[in-house]
Amino acid sequence: MQTKRTIFPNKLLPYALLAPQLAVTLVFFIWPAFQAVKSSFEREDPFGFRTTFIWFENYARLFADPGYVNSLQKTAIFSVSVTLLSMSLSLLLAVAVTRVIRSNRAYTTLLVWPYAVAPVVVGILWWFMFNPTIGIAPYILRGLGISWNHRIDGNQAMILVVIAASWKQISYNFLFFVAGLQSVPQSLTEAAAIDGAGPFKRFWTIVFPLLSPTTFFLLIVNINYSMFDTFGLIDATTNGGPNQATNILVYKVYADGFLGLNIGSSAAQSVVLMLIVIALTAIQFRYIERRVQY
Amino acid sequence: MVENRPWLSFLTHLVLIAGVVVVVFPVYLAFVASTHGSGDFMRGLVPLLPGPHLVENYGRMLTEGISTAGAPPLWIMLMNSLAIAIIIAVGKIAISLLSAYAIVFFKFPFRMLAFWIIFITLMLPVEVRIIPTFAVVANLGLLNSYVGLTLPLIASATATFLFRQFFLTVPDELMEAARVDGAGPMKFFRDILLPLSRTNIAALFVILFIYGWVQYLWPLLVTTDSRYYTVVMGIKRLAATADAEPLWNLVMASVILAMLPPVLVVIFMQRLFVKGLVDTEK
Repeated sequence: MQTKRTIFPNKLLPYALLAPQLAVTLVFFIWPAFQAVKSSFEREDPFGFRTTFIWFENYARLFADPGYVNSLQKTAIFSVSVTLLSMSLSLLLAVAVTRVIRSNRAYTTLLVWPYAVAPVVVGILWWFMFNPTIGIAPYILRGLGISWNHRIDGNQAMILVVIAASWKQISYNFLFFVAGLQSVPQSLTEAAAIDGAGPFKRFWTIVFPLLSPTTFFLLIVNINYSMFDTFGLIDATTNGGPNQATNILVYKVYADGFLGLNIGSSAAQSVVLMLIVIALTAIQFRYIERRVQY
Repeated sequence: MVENRPWLSFLTHLVLIAGVVVVVFPVYLAFVASTHGSGDFMRGLVPLLPGPHLVENYGRMLTEGISTAGAPPLWIMLMNSLAIAIIIAVGKIAISLLSAYAIVFFKFPFRMLAFWIIFITLMLPVEVRIIPTFAVVANLGLLNSYVGLTLPLIASATATFLFRQFFLTVPDELMEAARVDGAGPMKFFRDILLPLSRTNIAALFVILFIYGWVQYLWPLLVTTDSRYYTVVMGIKRLAATADAEPLWNLVMASVILAMLPPVLVVIFMQRLFVKGLVDTEK
């Protein structure tokens, strides 16, 4: 690993400098993670007197549980929908904003602030809009002949959380797409224009392929976001319901562990989630390493 | 490139205006709701234009709150959120500056190990280790305290990486000159490195302040005493009562107040915000 050509000779000082960060990491990150892994292999008797080592039984039971398999499916649907919806809208807006010159900054400001809105608050905003009794969206939908009640209809509940989660993520994707678009060389699009390619053709054959590093990066970030940062949003809108229709993995781990007090199962779920984050982080870093070599 | 396609320009603005409407509308609706009296929600549809009760609703939420919801007045929760966001941002920046300094400017045994331990925190968000982390904090007696609310969130791999990258770009000559002039490591850090990192620190502060402000799951777990509620988690309790009694106006007033501080930070420090966001993801 890289350091400076010249370095300070102190022997103990670097440890002192690292101490606060390492202490927090060990106490609040590594140790709890280790505990989660450990208790995922154990069963505790109901009174907490004895724990027995049971190998992979918690995991076997977890994947045999239809509730968990359902949660895996819902997470996949939710995650893919949020990623696609939010990224395509953001790309459209980013392409549009790079075409305008004078009003560029004004539009950008108006589009980026939702980044700072907490997921719970996002949940409450959309919950209010789609409230079956007084919300404006059900009122309009009634006019179109659709009866909206996400408290009963699982699919509608899923649509609601997907829209809310995508809304929040637009600002983030937008900023990164704008940055990506700015790094596409002007000379290429100009050359294509001289050769007679129209704006749409130029976008699909030149700009979009050159944007692929940004797109790929955002793909990973969005999957990560929709799987792990949407706890508050689910908690504020549907509580995982109706009938488990929006019970995504992070919500289930909380509900089973804190409300259901099922430690073994919750620990096994934690470990599965950890593996997912590790995989996503590894993909992200491998890709970034490669990008640096360009 | 100059190109004259009036239809396309029209379409471009149409797309952008539609985008802005989609982004702004939910908040507009919440704002409108927060300016009405509670009786206005009985008619079966939310009002679409602002009403006359703005000052009254906001004043009531800030000073009294809704007593039935078991949440304190909003100003207490806002102060808690502010304190927690600042402690988290400052704490993360401070410990990350120190550890990045150690990793870049010193050579010592186990340097790689230290780096990897910090790196691992990226892979362990609170959501995946909820119960054991809660157990640690409970055993340390930190429930219902500012320490318990902030300390477990203070480790930061991204901030450490950011400062490491930046320190690697600082010319070696600066440090050599400082050493020739007899400056020790801490003097070099304080008088040369810190002033150079000013913009990076500011950009990171914006991002981390927002990060601290929007925390929800962690405060929800470690606070049972309403004196330590943050506004983001307190609001959820208010909203839960809104279905029982139609207090939408008051709930939406608190929603607006809860989102205002970080949103203002983004709008007024847009340059730093964008820099911080793009830097931390590299």
